[in-house]
Amino acid sequence: MTNHPEFLEYTGNAGRAEGYLLPSATPVQLIDQDGTPATAGGYKENYSLPDAAVLLEGYERLVVGRRVNEQANALVRQGRMAVYPSSTGQEACQVAADMCLRSSDWLFPTYRDTVAILGRGVAPLEVFESLRGDWHSGFDPHQYNTALPTTPLATQLLHAVGVAHAAKLRGENTVVLALCGDGASSEGDFHEALNFAAVFHVPVVFLIQNNQYAISVPLIHQSVAPSLAHKAVGYGMPGERVDGNDLAALLAVLGHAVNRARNGGGPALVEAHTYRMESHTNADDATRYRNAEEVAQWVPKDPLRRLKTYLDDAGLLSAADSERFAAAAETLAATLRDGLNTETSPDPAELFRYVYSEPTPQLREQSQLLAAELAAGSANLEGALR
Amino acid sequence: MTTMAQKPQSQAAGPVPAPELTGVQTITFAKALTLAMSDAMTADTSVLVFGEDVGTLGGVFRVTDGLTRQFGEERCFDTPLAESGIIGMATGMALNGMKPVVEMQFDAFAYPAFEQITSHVAKMGNRTKGRVRLPLVIRIPYAGGIGGVEHHCDSSEAYYVHTPGLTVLTPSTVTDAYIMLRDAIVSQDPVIFLEPKKLYFAKDTVDLDALRARYAPAATAAAAETSIGKAVVARQGTDATLIAYGPSVAAALAAAETAAAEGRSLQVVDVRSLVPFDDETVAAAVRSTGRAVVIAEAPGFASMASEIVARLQERCFHSLAAPILRVTGFDIPYPAPRLEKYYLPGVDRILDTVDELQWEDS
Ligand SMILES: Cc1ncc(C[n+]2csc(CCOP(=O)(O)OP(=O)(O)O)c2C)c(N)n1
Repeated sequence: MTNHPEFLEYTGNAGRAEGYLLPSATPVQLIDQDGTPATAGGYKENYSLPDAAVLLEGYERLVVGRRVNEQANALVRQGRMAVYPSSTGQEACQVAADMCLRSSDWLFPTYRDTVAILGRGVAPLEVFESLRGDWHSGFDPHQYNTALPTTPLATQLLHAVGVAHAAKLRGENTVVLALCGDGASSEGDFHEALNFAAVFHVPVVFLIQNNQYAISVPLIHQSVAPSLAHKAVGYGMPGERVDGNDLAALLAVLGHAVNRARNGGGPALVEAHTYRMESHTNADDATRYRNAEEVAQWVPKDPLRRLKTYLDDAGLLSAADSERFAAAAETLAATLRDGLNTETSPDPAELFRYVYSEPTPQLREQSQLLAAELAAGSANLEGALR
Repeated sequence: MTTMAQKPQSQAAGPVPAPELTGVQTITFAKALTLAMSDAMTADTSVLVFGEDVGTLGGVFRVTDGLTRQFGEERCFDTPLAESGIIGMATGMALNGMKPVVEMQFDAFAYPAFEQITSHVAKMGNRTKGRVRLPLVIRIPYAGGIGGVEHHCDSSEAYYVHTPGLTVLTPSTVTDAYIMLRDAIVSQDPVIFLEPKKLYFAKDTVDLDALRARYAPAATAAAAETSIGKAVVARQGTDATLIAYGPSVAAALAAAETAAAEGRSLQVVDVRSLVPFDDETVAAAVRSTGRAVVIAEAPGFASMASEIVARLQERCFHSLAAPILRVTGFDIPYPAPRLEKYYLPGVDRILDTVDELQWEDS
């Protein structure tokens, strides 16, 4: 645990261990909400604005991510998809998560992280297979070094620690980044994951997207810690808070944590302060637990607008770039529309195919029963859904 | 750094009495559950409701809607998002004189609390040689048929019925939703209360005054008889008995309806109390027809349905004209929405199975 240089450096210096572990006093911000460069907050002056090319790529990904959210919401309204947990307003966290990883690194997403999953290169229709209700998840995690999005909260964080630990044992130069929400940080698994990560000193970075609500429950009813990032300290890893709507700051802070992990520095916890602009899912009614004024306060903090203003002011965003980004977003939206508007009929025989590597005798029997019902036309199961 | 470190603030204003529903009313299954809780909270100030999103939002299915308004934040409140924490805290509160009625948001999200439920909730009475009773109710929306996404449709009853010390109930009618939840709250033992999600918005007309009278301090012994451990015959019939519970009762009744049109008279038993199990009523029903099919949504292997069949073979062997058959979910993880119709035991599959009961004329 004590084998990394930063830690030794500070613990050698009486009284500074805490300073090294504690998050900065305010969330790190590099571009403020008006789009002007801000001075980095906190003690880690090594956070600096990413290069223009990186910010441009980030902006493109934000534009595409926003379009994905809009398209997915529309598809839910049209009945093409069962449900969509929107990440509108939170795209910067997901874009930064992707951009600070190499393709050989691993990402552990949740149900709200569609934008990050797409950014990892997972085929769009594979991502949406579960959202339209054809199959639960279903893409190959090894193909994309991206775990299946999890619904049981905080459970994936321990898997992330396991992948990181295995990578360390196997001598791979892999970093694992695991996402979760503010609510998930109350689950036992969250705490077990942090502790394991610190004790085994593995290369994993935890990113809490603190969007202020767990369905209806505001952060103040979730935790009264000074910040969620502070939780890291008790486990012996550094915590940091970052403005989750500031892509530049996210890239700097996450980039720092990832590099540190890659260089043997061990785990870190980053808390991104952001906001869920829409309801939890389309089944939720956010007006029951938050008011319009509160939501309105977050509109000017929008991650896209902020970065665009910065890029415009710095003369970094050409009209051609803007057009190119919009076109990329439209292409992806069209892929989703076309894919989801095409009727598919999931094959009932598949129900039995993947339960065991070899179907049990009972499953073979049950699959024959269903096949016979289908052949007899009696499996139109009207009563089944009553 | 300071903005978050304030004391949690009250979201709702002080307690206000809810407009009370009385007399004959058409209400949903969910509303019957809400009324059961609010009536129990009125009758007994030690009854508390807590869980994820149960306060301001009124629960994701609105089953706790209005309870915070009616009883204040001390008696109906949101917890941090931690199922093990919810059940563990409820256990401690029950040890110290309260009656927690807690909500697990969905079937599969109770699993983080499994340790608390199986190791502590279920065993407290036994470990203390009966010196401690643990009167707490764990409400769990369960089962499918709602097009839910992954982890939102499990039929998890087998885990609970297999754990000695837990009472496990599952209502299938609006009336039973009210009665059985109130009986669960009255019980001195811990109760797993399984609510079939697809019934939440089912409606029925009930006489609320009559239902409440069962729980009035002056109620007669007969009126106050508990539903715990009591199965009911939901439909009379003479040719074969369909045994179902919770979400499958509707499919059984629909099958019986169709069979009647085809000239076969099917009886339907609603088990409703999985533990304790009403051997008497169920066995009597099976003896009266000599043929039986057990219907349940959960995977059939090592299931509640298996247990029912085993008990009936033991008790009714000499009255049986055919082996007792089962129609259950397949032994697979609950499928994605667009495949669930192939999974759920429906009318056709039930009737096909009834046809296999070795009828003389076939
Ligand atoms: C173990 C578990 N308990 C309950 C739920 C139901 N649930 C789904 S999302 C959610 C809120 C999660 O909030 P947060 O972690 O802040 O993430 P966000 O949805 O805001 O992205 C809840 C309670 C769940 N998915 N898993």
